[in-house]
Amino acid sequence: MKTSQLAESLKYSLVVAPEEDREIVTGYTSDLLSDVMGNAEEGSVFITIQAHRNTIAVAQQLDFPAVIICNNRPIPHDMENAARQNDVAILKTEDNQFIASYKVYLALNTQKQ
Amino acid sequence: MLRALPIGTDKATTAVMEIILRLKIKDAMTTDLKTARKEDSLRFIQQLMKNSYVTGVPIVENERIVGIVTVNHIMNALDKGYIHEPAEKYMGRALVVLEDDMPLSFAITYFNKYSYHRFPVIDKEQHLVGILTSRDILTTLLQELNAEMEELEGKIDMKIAAERGCTLNVITKDFAVNKFDFENAGRASFELKKILKERKVSQKIIRRASVASYELEINLVIHSDGGRILFTVDDNKITIETMDNGPGIPDVSVVLEEGYSTANEWIRSLGFGAGMGLANTRRVSDEFDIVSEMGKGTTVLSVINMEDKNEDIAIG
Repeated sequence: MKTSQLAESLKYSLVVAPEEDREIVTGYTSDLLSDVMGNAEEGSVFITIQAHRNTIAVAQQLDFPAVIICNNRPIPHDMENAARQNDVAILKTEDNQFIASYKVYLALNTQKQ
Repeated sequence: MLRALPIGTDKATTAVMEIILRLKIKDAMTTDLKTARKEDSLRFIQQLMKNSYVTGVPIVENERIVGIVTVNHIMNALDKGYIHEPAEKYMGRALVVLEDDMPLSFAITYFNKYSYHRFPVIDKEQHLVGILTSRDILTTLLQELNAEMEELEGKIDMKIAAERGCTLNVITKDFAVNKFDFENAGRASFELKKILKERKVSQKIIRRASVASYELEINLVIHSDGGRILFTVDDNKITIETMDNGPGIPDVSVVLEEGYSTANEWIRSLGFGAGMGLANTRRVSDEFDIVSEMGKGTTVLSVINMEDKNEDIAIG
């Protein structure tokens, strides 16, 4: 599923939308960056409350197309800029990580059928 | 309006960034100071400026800076007729100072943020130890760039030699990493990833190298008193090495255990300090070594072979 489609279907706001609308294959939910480094798969959307620049660094290192910031956490400018420079989309929602993970899972798997 | 120095964090090339992060303000500042006392007359300071070709004179009391007199103050004094009066009443007191231990990059943001032409530099004891102008920065930067270019030209020669004879295709990069510099954390890893992509190394190997380099780089930022990350890429393997200036690890076997962490609350609140960094690094490495000495520092070595011998390695 394309990043823009996911944002639209979940009604999550697309804070940073890179030119290249990349494909989301699966997802990973965590607030521990080393856990993500060690375990997440390529093409994942990264669901987290860690709204800072280092989240984008991890996404970039692991080739994630997008991150979803939960609980409506404010997104700092340097994070937005880093995301733009590295073609990582940022989505934002008031949902918590549990609800967001459920919705993303459902959206990705409904589409597959 | 002054033009901003185009060597700030977002516009600089990697080479320039490396230099301005590696160098400290004390490496660039002028230490041959022309100072005056607050009792000195503005006329005396004007003469001092004229004789020593400076445009700003710090006013010092007990080795500490208490004010500054610039050409502007002198012009006003001449204009309004108080050039014979002591500096104390008219000197600039709204002082913005830099510390000698700060990275040069910090000074550049200050030049771009304020319209001052110079910043007094103090040490940890708050003593005035130097003065920094944009000219000092440019001179130092050019000196360093010259040295870098010289090295680069040497490498090009080596590469040509390699193309004619040996085929190892070695690239070596060296980055300084500063304590708690989350702003720039990941730069070395991005660079390594870029090189591996250009070399069309397999996704799986890039992935493993990314995990190892990022974890080791972040470890330097979080746990060390600053250090370096060095990587070497050739046709056979990727070698990532970090060296830090301390504080050292009391028991190396413990830090390799998953979940062991010494990170404090604010580091954890950023999502770091899960206690998985070194475990992750070791898992993706074909060769791994860590040596630490208390009070001296820690070196970590991770080697990843280009040929994927560990097909079963779990990297997600």
